[in-house]
Amino acid sequence: MSAFSAVKILPSPPITARSTPKPSFPFVFSSPSSPTAGGIHRPAAAPLSSSPRPLRAVSSHVLSNEQRVASHSHQDEAEVTREEALDLYEDMVLGRSFEDMCAQMYYRGKMFGFVHLYNGQEAVSTGFIRLLQPGDSVVSTYRDHVHALSKGVPARAVMAELFGRTTGCCRGQGGSMHMFSAPHNLIGGFAFIGEGIPVATGVAFSSRYRHEVLEEASPSGGLDVTVAFFGDGTCNNGQFFECLNMAQLWKLPIVFVVENNLWAIGMSHLRATSDPVIWKKGPAFGMPGVHVDGMDVLKVRAVAKEAIERARRGEGPTLVECETYRFRGHSLADPDELRNPDEKAHYAARDPILALKKHIIEHDLANESDLKGIEKKIDDVIEDAVEFADASPLPPRSQLLENVFADPKGFGIGPDGKYRCEDPKFTEGTAQV
Amino acid sequence: MTLRGLGRGISIGKRCFSSFTEVEKPPMDGKPINLFSAINQALHIALETDPRAYVFGEDVGFGGVFRCTTGLADRFGRNRVFNTPLCEQGIAGFAIGLAAMGNRAIAEIQFADYIYPAFDQIVNEAAKFRYRSGNQFNCGGLTIRSPYGAVGHGGHYHSQSPEAFFCHVPGLKVVIPRSPRQAKGLLLACIRDSNPVVFFEPKWLYRLAVEEVPEHDYMLPLSQAEVIRQGSDITLVGWGAQLSVLEHACDEVAKDGISCELIDLRTLIPWDKETVEASVRKTGRLLVSHEAPVTGGFGAEISASIAERCFLRLEAPVARICGLDTPFPLVYEPFYMPTKNKVLDAIKATVNY
Repeated sequence: MSAFSAVKILPSPPITARSTPKPSFPFVFSSPSSPTAGGIHRPAAAPLSSSPRPLRAVSSHVLSNEQRVASHSHQDEAEVTREEALDLYEDMVLGRSFEDMCAQMYYRGKMFGFVHLYNGQEAVSTGFIRLLQPGDSVVSTYRDHVHALSKGVPARAVMAELFGRTTGCCRGQGGSMHMFSAPHNLIGGFAFIGEGIPVATGVAFSSRYRHEVLEEASPSGGLDVTVAFFGDGTCNNGQFFECLNMAQLWKLPIVFVVENNLWAIGMSHLRATSDPVIWKKGPAFGMPGVHVDGMDVLKVRAVAKEAIERARRGEGPTLVECETYRFRGHSLADPDELRNPDEKAHYAARDPILALKKHIIEHDLANESDLKGIEKKIDDVIEDAVEFADASPLPPRSQLLENVFADPKGFGIGPDGKYRCEDPKFTEGTAQV
Repeated sequence: MTLRGLGRGISIGKRCFSSFTEVEKPPMDGKPINLFSAINQALHIALETDPRAYVFGEDVGFGGVFRCTTGLADRFGRNRVFNTPLCEQGIAGFAIGLAAMGNRAIAEIQFADYIYPAFDQIVNEAAKFRYRSGNQFNCGGLTIRSPYGAVGHGGHYHSQSPEAFFCHVPGLKVVIPRSPRQAKGLLLACIRDSNPVVFFEPKWLYRLAVEEVPEHDYMLPLSQAEVIRQGSDITLVGWGAQLSVLEHACDEVAKDGISCELIDLRTLIPWDKETVEASVRKTGRLLVSHEAPVTGGFGAEISASIAERCFLRLEAPVARICGLDTPFPLVYEPFYMPTKNKVLDAIKATVNY
């Protein structure tokens, strides 16, 4: 630990703390105005940042030797309008239904390859991405179908991509793990863990550069924010730490969202990490770290709001650890034998969709039939997506050679103006490719 | 007839084997098992015979995503068989450190596509350790095993064949088995070899390839290619899963009267130039086939070396039937791959040159 850090390393919270829902930890913030921050050399504030404001979710203590857990303010949860609640509900139901349909299609042989489903984690995707503006970017992992849907990529495009058709969002090139969408600023789907984080950092830099140097105003009224999603296993990877450093060093408008579902295929997070409390790694680099119950979309949304607005104002990155769980195995090929059934049952009881439904009904934001209506609508959307994908054509063979380089003639098209793969000599292996 | 000790492998290289699903005259008896079981057996034996051997990597504790490490943790304990966090660079560097202290570090990289963060450590440290310390230290005990190659539905990041990158590094050995029996013997030889080795396992064959594999401890020689099939018209060289494609091609052209000599290279570096040269001197034609993209693939090295050595004997240019020069695709994988038809066309074109 650096001698300049004013954070004391606390013993990890007991593992049993996971079995009961616990209040969110407050932001841990090393503020320049804090008297106890002593010793930290703070870089000069970036032009855009205002003086550090107290954040709503913080109980006002800053770094000190005793870190107290403040109870989460419950008034945040009720502060959601009917429209917002229904939007959240619809988005989560869309994510869940889509993933369930994926599983069905996979077992029917309509899609192939490695497919990783997001069931159970919808609150994180919905909670963050529904707050974003169109100019904001999302960088995801291989578990990216729902991130794509939340960001606005049509279900048809995602399903067609999974089926490998030309009408998919990447023209069938990427498949399940590589969802990209330029119009929706979805910068991928990464099969390789951790690879998306530096990419997201670069995207955030570009956003800051455009705003400050090129002086292009964004419709959002501030900086365009980038949200990077990744898992608990990734937090042991070098790229993660490198990017925490760079993002804080350059005060980039990025939010690092850890979807901590406790398992990296078959490796338990608690057995793979020296200090399993991930949010604490944020303050080690000088940025706030916050923990939130990732099974509750309203809590996620409250934290997300803070983090995104911070970034938009130019105050720099935040590390958000969402405690969440995936109801299915790592991928559709994973028999999911290693996880304790009690653990699964515990989290199944905290299903984010049911929790939101309960909240909506209790607070009279809508009634059962409204919600049923939404579910029916989503069923139709999904069915339409499947039909569309089924009816879509497979890519032409020429697509195999396209887009290797920028210049199609440099590779994909031969001297006679035709695609090289249409050359009858192609199968001889003597045709130059 | 048991074989123990380093360096004495069985030379079954010169005997004729047909495809691995039917063995005509096995010199050793064994039960039919598949590739991941053979690897598993080899690892059990390696850990049994050397108390300072360790197996580690992502998810190896429960048996690994391909079941190659089943039962090891239970039998040898979590001190010797353990999971690492998700950091390939860390895994490789850590393995080098272990090996430098005289241990046998058997690291698993979950898919060869993920080996690139470890590439720095492997190339800059493992390959050069003995050289730059003046032989005071070495990481000969290092073996990195990794599943590689196409699997039918892997897409960009579960199908790559990165062997060519490692073949360019002096100080490393690269070994690729074609079948379960080969895999067990070669893996044991790699683990016990006093040089760092990268061992690529063709993942397509993990379940599909079944062969009779002896249960005892045996090793196969490194840097020795094996002539699987004798022939007189053209020499075919390949490794790993590609050999089965080449074998089917051989069978088909045999109907047209073309007799193919099929060679499994087994060790890519340092590779057995003598065997391949002797074969080309006999046949006068060479075809190399691998899954990795053709430009800069290891076939280029074989082609250049043979052209140097056998220039006047060659009756036709060396043909290379390899993957296309594109990233490994998701759809149309069969179109990218060096399939049997492409090999057939090339054999005929070369023979009729």
